This record gives sequence, structure tokens and C-alpha cells, in this order.
Amino acid sequence: MSLDLVVAILMAAAGAATPLLIAALGELVVEKSGVLNLGVEGMMLIGAVAGFAVSYTTGVPALGAVAALLAGALVSLVFALLTLSLMANQVATGLALAIFGTGVSALAGAPFVGITTTTLGPLVAFDDPILRLLFGQSPLVYLALLLTLAVWWFLKHSRQGLILRAVGESSDAAHAIGYPVLKIRYLAVLFGGAMAGLAGSYYSLVLTPMWAERLTAGRGWIAIALVVFASWKPGRLLLGAYLFGFVITMELQAKAAGFALFAPEFLSALPYLATIVVLAVISLGRRNATHAPACLGKPFRPAV
Amino acid sequence: MTPRLELSGITKRFPGVTANEDVSFAVAPGEIHALLGENGAGKSTLVKIIYGVQRADEGSIAIDGRTVSIGSPNEARRLGIGMVFQHFSLFEAMTVLENIALGMDNPPSGRTLDARIREVLTEYDLSLDPQREVHTLSVGERQRIEIVRALIQKPKLLIMDEPTSVLTPQEVERLFKVLRQLRDEGCSILYISHKLAEIKALCDTATILRGGKVVGTCDPARESARSMAEMMIGGSLKDISTKAKGLIGKPRLAVDGLDAPGEPPFGTSLKSVSLSVRAGEILGIAGVAGNGQNELVSVLSGERLTGVSGSIHLDGAEISRLGVGARRKRGLSALPEERNGHSAIGAMTLAENAVLSARGPAGLTAAGGLLRLGRARIYAKTVIDAFSVRANGPEAAAASLSGGNLQKFLVGREILGEPKVFIVSQPTWGVDAGAAAFIRQAMIDLASRGAAILCLSQDLDELLELSDRIAVMNGGRLSEAMEVAGVSIERIGLLMGGVHGEDDPESEAMLGAGRAA
Amino acid sequence: MSLFALEPRREASRAASLAAPVVAVFCALVAGAILFTLLGHDGLSAVYEIFVAPLLNPYRWQDLLVKAAPLAIIATGLAIGFRANVWNIGAEGQYILGGLGGTFVALQTLDLQGGWILPAMILAGILGGMAYAAVPALLRTKLGVNEILSSLMLNYVAIQLLYYLMRGPWKDPMGFNFPQTAMFSFDQTLPMAFPGTLIHLGVPIAAAVALTAFGLMTRTIVGFQVRSVGASPKAARFAGFSVNATVWFALLLGGGLAGLAGILEASGPFGQMVPSFPTGYGYSAIIVAFLGRLNPLGILIASLVLALTYVGGENAQTAIGLPSAAAGAFQALILFFLLGFDILAGYRVKRGRARRAQDASGGAAAISPTPGSAIPTPSTTGTQRA
Repeated sequence: MSLDLVVAILMAAAGAATPLLIAALGELVVEKSGVLNLGVEGMMLIGAVAGFAVSYTTGVPALGAVAALLAGALVSLVFALLTLSLMANQVATGLALAIFGTGVSALAGAPFVGITTTTLGPLVAFDDPILRLLFGQSPLVYLALLLTLAVWWFLKHSRQGLILRAVGESSDAAHAIGYPVLKIRYLAVLFGGAMAGLAGSYYSLVLTPMWAERLTAGRGWIAIALVVFASWKPGRLLLGAYLFGFVITMELQAKAAGFALFAPEFLSALPYLATIVVLAVISLGRRNATHAPACLGKPFRPAV
Repeated sequence: MTPRLELSGITKRFPGVTANEDVSFAVAPGEIHALLGENGAGKSTLVKIIYGVQRADEGSIAIDGRTVSIGSPNEARRLGIGMVFQHFSLFEAMTVLENIALGMDNPPSGRTLDARIREVLTEYDLSLDPQREVHTLSVGERQRIEIVRALIQKPKLLIMDEPTSVLTPQEVERLFKVLRQLRDEGCSILYISHKLAEIKALCDTATILRGGKVVGTCDPARESARSMAEMMIGGSLKDISTKAKGLIGKPRLAVDGLDAPGEPPFGTSLKSVSLSVRAGEILGIAGVAGNGQNELVSVLSGERLTGVSGSIHLDGAEISRLGVGARRKRGLSALPEERNGHSAIGAMTLAENAVLSARGPAGLTAAGGLLRLGRARIYAKTVIDAFSVRANGPEAAAASLSGGNLQKFLVGREILGEPKVFIVSQPTWGVDAGAAAFIRQAMIDLASRGAAILCLSQDLDELLELSDRIAVMNGGRLSEAMEVAGVSIERIGLLMGGVHGEDDPESEAMLGAGRAA
Repeated sequence: MSLFALEPRREASRAASLAAPVVAVFCALVAGAILFTLLGHDGLSAVYEIFVAPLLNPYRWQDLLVKAAPLAIIATGLAIGFRANVWNIGAEGQYILGGLGGTFVALQTLDLQGGWILPAMILAGILGGMAYAAVPALLRTKLGVNEILSSLMLNYVAIQLLYYLMRGPWKDPMGFNFPQTAMFSFDQTLPMAFPGTLIHLGVPIAAAVALTAFGLMTRTIVGFQVRSVGASPKAARFAGFSVNATVWFALLLGGGLAGLAGILEASGPFGQMVPSFPTGYGYSAIIVAFLGRLNPLGILIASLVLALTYVGGENAQTAIGLPSAAAGAFQALILFFLLGFDILAGYRVKRGRARRAQDASGGAAAISPTPGSAIPTPSTTGTQRA
């Protein structure tokens, strides 16, 4: 195998891993605060279409990414309002958000189907394959790595991170000590939404770069599974995302090479099957201990 | 002298309930002031208002003569108020240090805080490892975290909400030492309790709440426990009739060498538990919460079968492999400690709650798996009448009942099925005095009819009153059962604290000291 | 939050619980019109074409019943699962597998005749859905894998399986290389319930399924068991019910009914198996289940409402060129509003400062947060706490 091919595969893997990592980092912070938002897929789709629309109309893909971030945060606000202020069931609301995002993104994206836009590609082009691998990828790839570090530091070493974990561990205790549980959860959900939106724009601005209905093809759900796989730890999230990046890349490579041993449909199903297998294996390893935040998914109503 | 804390006309209403009505009293600097009242008298609501967790509808609070508005616990802490909660406000998966840092507004960095925690520990002669995770600690140690969390901020007023309900007698003594030291340093303490002996031993003044109102203030040293109790419940105490002695028969429940894993995530495993309860007998099991009591109840009831080894005999027949339903059919009924979501479902009606456990004994199902809802309503009505449950009939949701009334209903649901063996955990936890007396009487009457009763409780007084024999649980082990007549409280206390058997010279010495004291 | 405050009710309001779905649908229409306008479509005509126009055309009424039948069948199974706190969102995949299971029998019997063929296909369809739902059931009960993620992932796998079979092994050899199976024979086709209409046998079957489920949930110990497990697994264990058995029951029932809906669609309206077989019924049925208050009788009504978005969506597509995704957006809006209004069953809205609280320490405890909806609190993602 030539160096160029290896670099191409590695870069493709990083590319496939990046949106998963960004979305999963957002969801990790949300879940650490005790909220389960299953609407990642919907928020990603809305981010994808918003990013594409703004990039296409302004011609500046970076603005598209910013718009995706804001759009994701905006729809997550609907989720926050329902589950936090109105105490709606988090699973049901998350599902609604996923369905909503699918429908609304298809509606909003209808005029853009079949058009391409400027790619949010590498800032500098390199001929040398190693330099290209290290410095020649989309800025979002590096941003995702920085975000991983930032989330890790925030949760592990910052006072605000400690408070966020406390809220997810016991909302009642946090409330009794005097922390604004709902406010902290609102902020976490907004962050998760922004990250999901940004992750979605990666598909429409970097990977394809175009818009199609259901562009993210269930990757939002894989991101949620990754959080479980990572035992709510950012470091393991990085590992998991890149692992899946490889699985997805292998799928595409095998299809491109006309690999005849498996049907292409099987290869397409592979990431989803892999997710199930990974969830099963991870559960095998911890029958008794769970690392989930203790209050995950439970509604909180303060007595005032 | 200006009072440290002065409450004037505090009123707090909830839908359907007035928790506090026109409550006024004052706490002097360096005073230990008891707030005495039954469950439901409004004590907890009142202290939550003082600590800024809830807001009063009317009335005012003054600290050192200055009227203040306490909008949040952070403001309370800034005013020098510290609080130790009854249901601890701790985070299980975090370290002691993190828990303490979370309770401070501007905690110093990790190392400095660690040093300051150790200073406080030394100053008050307490032991605790700041780096341990909370779930690995005993209940007593957990309370110490809360105390250190409050003390490290040098409070002028410390609120303690029912601090001793989870402690061994020895731990209670140690706590009192800390509190007296604090008082001598000038700190005021508002001490919430319904335990009269403690209040007599510790407090300088007592304010008594009943139905949300102040019904009196007294000097506990000059009052008798009985007179304070009567002020608290607003009537004269009824003595419960003891059952006739000498009716004790053959063993009905015999457990031998029972081992079982702890409940996830942080439970205590059972280690070779053996016991025997005879017909007509009440065997009490004392112990600090979290020492395997819940595991014992769920293993005996049949709720947990996996990983269990050892034998359980009911009237001589081995039942350890049978499930919940089969054991109930044979006359074993078990009522766990937790009402909400374990022995009852809040969102369901009382009739449906009757179906939960009484469908076998009371015949509430028909062939083909059909429910007999009419019969369930009649059964629930019977329980309501027989146990004077205050409820809106069999169709009332379980959640709409007060704690005491729901517990009466649940105990009644089990007892009306005339079980041969009745296992009950914390029968009167969070229940008002009237309902508690009723429940205890019903248990004594059931035993008089020849049932064997196993009663687990953290309330030692209750066990001493009810039981014929008493055993102690600690760390998943059960001590030998002792006749209640002539048992020493010190010995029970030491067993609760994990000081076991006679082969341990140090514990012998402590036992000796305890007896001498 | 300061202008209005919520005060807990002592008993859940039945009226509010029943009114919420009606109000939610109405609000979704208003919000939908605004949203569509913002997205550059004609919001008012969209609402008219989707929700009003189909009702004015009696021919469409039959279509409505035909679309409502699979939704009601699937939603009934899902609702029983949701009641048990089993979050099966793999109905779409189970529906596909049901269709494939029945199609398998159909392909073996293309040259045969007899009244037994259709029942055999239906049985195979039910078994196909059940087998597919058995995967998340096994993973949850044996390993503690959360069924939300596992059942959902299988939807994507099912679609690929369908594509594979249509492209390869099951392709009609006489079909000019179109990726689809042969047309089903007369004995493999679902008969009409009323001759001369579009209304096939699936419609009365859906009504029968819902009525049976209603009896099961309210009158039998099995229904009681399901409700107990959903309300509190601990209390269910106390009552002597096995939580794992209930999980199996809920998933197999949900999968079986989704499979039934699948084969009824394949042998009815489709008359063969095609790659475009999955139309999102498995997802829409989730909304039907909630809109019907997880009550089989409510689901019958709710299925008609959601069927309207399907029929109306097609109508709007041809009439004003609205993308088909519009129906999905409306469905999600209905669910959003429903979830939002649910709080009114447990709380009443007061003007002015909050006076909300749960417990006056031993006084009457406030009711649980979502009493009207009877939606249990979900367990954690990933491993279930034992």
C-alpha cells in the first residue's frame, strides 16, 4: 500500500470521525448534567441545512458553520423548554425533536437539493502526504480535537464542570445547596444543540458538500451510542469516534473498490451493526457498575 | 441580648396544606435550641425557609437584629447559616473533598482545601478521609461530611435536621460533643428532632410545633419526656397493650447461612445470615441504614433470587428457590421500607395497590388472568375501614395519601391477609405518632394470633418496645439474637457500630467501659 | 416564569389530560402555518391542503382508513411497550421484517393455490416482526443494553436488508430488472372488507387489535403487570412480576404487531415487495401512541389524525408542490405541543409568583410530574440500573 493511500484512508477516517466526535461531545455534556436528549439526529439535520443555506447564499462556508451552530442551539431550546420548564418526558421529547428535525430540514432544504457549495476545506494545501495528514484537513477536524480537550478540562478541572456534574449526579442535593439546576441544564442543552448543529454542517459543508434529505443518515444516533460506549469520558469518546471513523471509511473504501465478498448493502449496514455490537460488548464488561450520571433522564421540579 | 435568629410570623402554604402558620421564636447566641414536633408538623419546611431553599409567604427573619431576606442557600451561607440535611445533600459518585467544595461559595484550590478540612477534623476530633468517594462511606461518615462542610465556613447558626436518626448511640454521643463544643464557641444551633431524650440531654430551649403552629416553648431540662410528648401530639399518650407472654411456639421462619450480593450500585452483601422467628414472636433487627437490611428483606421476600445461597424455611418447608408469589401463597408477607415505588405505586388507586400484593390471599384475580376489580375495591375498602385510613375511598390515588395514612393502608393490606410470617422494615418511618401507635398495635395483635414477625428498624426505641428478642445488623452480618428483657443499649450500640464478638479484646474493653458508664 | 407559575394539583386532572391532544393538534396547525411561511412556503394553503381538503373529498375518507390501519396496529403495540417503560423505537424495522417474512412465504407459494396461503403469510409476517424485536429484548434482558439505541439501529439495518433482497435474491426474474418482487397472486392478496371500496381487511383487523389490547390493559393481570413495571420496576418485583418477562412481552408484542402491519400493507395496498415499502409508519406510530394517550381506544382516533397528515401530505404535494416532509414536520409539532400541554394535567397555571412545591413534609405528597400522560420516566442510556 502506498503512503498516499494510507494517508487518504487516515484522512477519510478523521473526516468520518469528526462530526461524530463533535455531536457526541455535546451530548456528553448534556447527559453529564442529567438530561437525555435523543434529538441529536434532528439537531444535526437542522444544522446541516442551515449551514448549507448560509454558506450557499453568502459564499462563506465558515459563516455556514456558525449558522449551523446557532440553528442547533435554537432547536435545542425547544427541547429545553419542554423537558426542563414543562417537565415533559425526555425520551418522548427527544424522539419528537429527531422527527421534527428530519421534517423541517427537508422542507427548508427543498430549494437546495442538487446544488453544491464551497467546501469548508483545508486552509492550506500540502503536497507532502504527511504534512497533508497533519495540517491539511478541514479546520473542523482540529476544532473537534481542541473541543475534546476543552470538554475534558472543563469537566475534570473547572469549578463550573464540577457543578455541572453535581447537578447530573443529584439534582435535589444540588438544589438544596443552592445551585440553579434548571439554568445549568438549560446551558448544557444549548451547548449540546450547538455542537450537534455544527456536527451536522460538517456533512453539508465538508464531506459531501451538498444538501440531501436525511443527509446525516442516523449518525446522530451513533453519536448518542458513542457517549454510552465512552462511559461518559471525553478521552474514550475520542477513541470511539475515530474507531467508528475507520469502520465507516472501510465501508466506503470497500464499496469503491467493488469488494465482492460482501454485498454493498451489508457494508452500508455495518456502522449500525457495529454500534449494536459495541453496546453489547461494553455492557458485558460492566454488569454491575454503571458510569451513567445518576439523575440521567429524570425530571426536576424545585420546591420554592 | 440580640437574638442570633428571630422569626416573626412565618407562614407558608402549599396547595391543600398550611405547613407553617404564624411561627415566631428566637434563638440566642451560643444556644442549642430544639425545634420539636411530629412528622408533618412543619419543621422541615421551616428550616428550609431559614436556609433559603424555600420562601415564606408571610413573615420576616432577622439575623443578629437585622431583618434579612434569604433568597437562596448561598445567601444563607453568606449570612453565616450552615445546614446539615436530614436526607443528606451529598453526591455519591464524588469524593469527600469535591462534596465539601460544592458546599462552599468560593472554595480554595484542592490542596489548600484538603488542608483546611483536616484542620477542622482535628479541631473537632473527627475522622474522615477527604479523598474517599462518598458511596464507600458509612452513613455516620456521610453525616460528618455535611458537618465539616458547614463548619469549614465558620457558621454563626447551624441547623441540624433530625441528625441522629441514622446514628448508633455511640455516634450520637460523639455528635453531641461536637455540638457542645460549637455552642461553647458561641455558635447557635437549631436542632430539629422528635426524640425527647436527646433534646433533654442536649438542648437549652425547645420550641414545639404542632400542625404548623408554635404550641409552646419550654426548658427541656425542667419538663418530663411525657409532658413534651403530649405538647407535641396535642393529647394524652395512649399506651399500647402488650401481647400476652408465653404464647411463643415453634419456629415458623428459619434462615440459615444466607449469603447474597449487595444491591447495585453501592449495596451491602449479606454474609452468612442466620435467624429464627417463632410463632407469636416479634424478632427485632436493629442497625444503621445501609448495612444490608434492604438486601435481607428482598432476599426473604423472594424479590432477589440470583446469587443467593443458604436456606430459608417456612414452617419447616424449604422456600429459598420460590418466587415472591409462591412465598406469599405459603403465608409469607414482606413489606419493604420504601413506600413510594416499592410497596406502593403512587399513580395507582388504592384498589390497584391492593392487587399488587393481596391478589393471591384475597382472591383478586379470576381464571384466565382476569382482574376482579370489584373485589379489589371491596378489599381496599375493608383495609381503609379496619385501619382507619384517611383516604377518599378505594379509588383515591396512593400518592394523595399522607405518609402515615399510606403506611397504615399498606400494613393493613398485608395483615388482613393473615400472613403466617410477616417481615416488615421501618414500619413507622416518617409516620405521625397516632398512626405509628396504631401500626405497632396491629403488629402485636398479629403476633398474638400466632404469626411470626421480623421487624427491621433504625428506631431502637421502637424495637425495644415491640420485640421479644433483638439482633443487630452490621456490614451484612447479623448478630446473635438477644432477649430484649435485660439487654444493654451500649452493647446494641457497639454491635451497630461494627464492634463484634467476644474474641475481640478491644471490643470487650469497650463493652466493659460501656457497662461501667 | 415570573408572570405565570405552576402549582401542582392534588389529583391529576382528567379533563386536562383528555383536552391536551385536541389543543395540541390545533396549536400544531397554527404553529405549522407560521413555520411553513417562515421557510418560504404558503403556510395557510399547506394547512388547508393537508388537514382540510382531504376531509372534503369522500373518496379520501377510505384512503384515510387504509392509512390509519397500520398506524393503529403498530401504535397499539408500541403503547403497551411504553406503558411498561420499554422504549421500542424499532417499529419501522419490525414492520419491514414483517413485510419481508410474509413476502418470503408468498415467493414460495406463487404457483400454489388455497385459502391457507394468506394466513400463512400473515403468520410469517408476525413472526418476522417478533424475531426482529427479539434482538433488542435479548440484548436488554441479558446484557442490559438500552433498547432505544439497539432497536433504532436495527431500522437502518432492516432497510439495507430490504434493498439487498430486492436487488438480488428476491428480484422478479420477469420484472425487467426492476428491484422488486413479482406481484402477489390472488390468494396472496388481502381481500377487501367492503367490496367496491379501498377498505381492505386490515381496517377491521386494526379495530379488533385495539379493542383486544384495551381489554388486556384494563381487565387482565398481564395488563396490570405491564403498568406496574412501567410505573416502578421495584414495585413490580414486590408484586411478584418479572421485569425481564415483561420486557420480552412488550417487545415481542410490539414487534409482532408491527410485523402484522407490515404484511397487511405488503399483501394489501402494495401487492408485492418494493424498495419503497417503508413509509415511516413505524416512526409516525410513536406519535400516534402518545397522541392516543397510550390508550388503545385513543389510538384509534389518533391514527386517523396522523393518517390525515399522510393523505393530506400527498394531496399537498400534488396540489401546491409541498415537499412530502411537510407531513413529518406537522407530526412532530403535534407531539411537541402534546408534551408541552401535558403539564396542565398535573399542574395548574397561576398568575404571579410561584407557589409550587411537592411536599409539606408529611403532608399530602404532590402527584408525579407527568400524571396525565402516564409516560414512565426513562431509564438511563446504555446499561440499565439493575
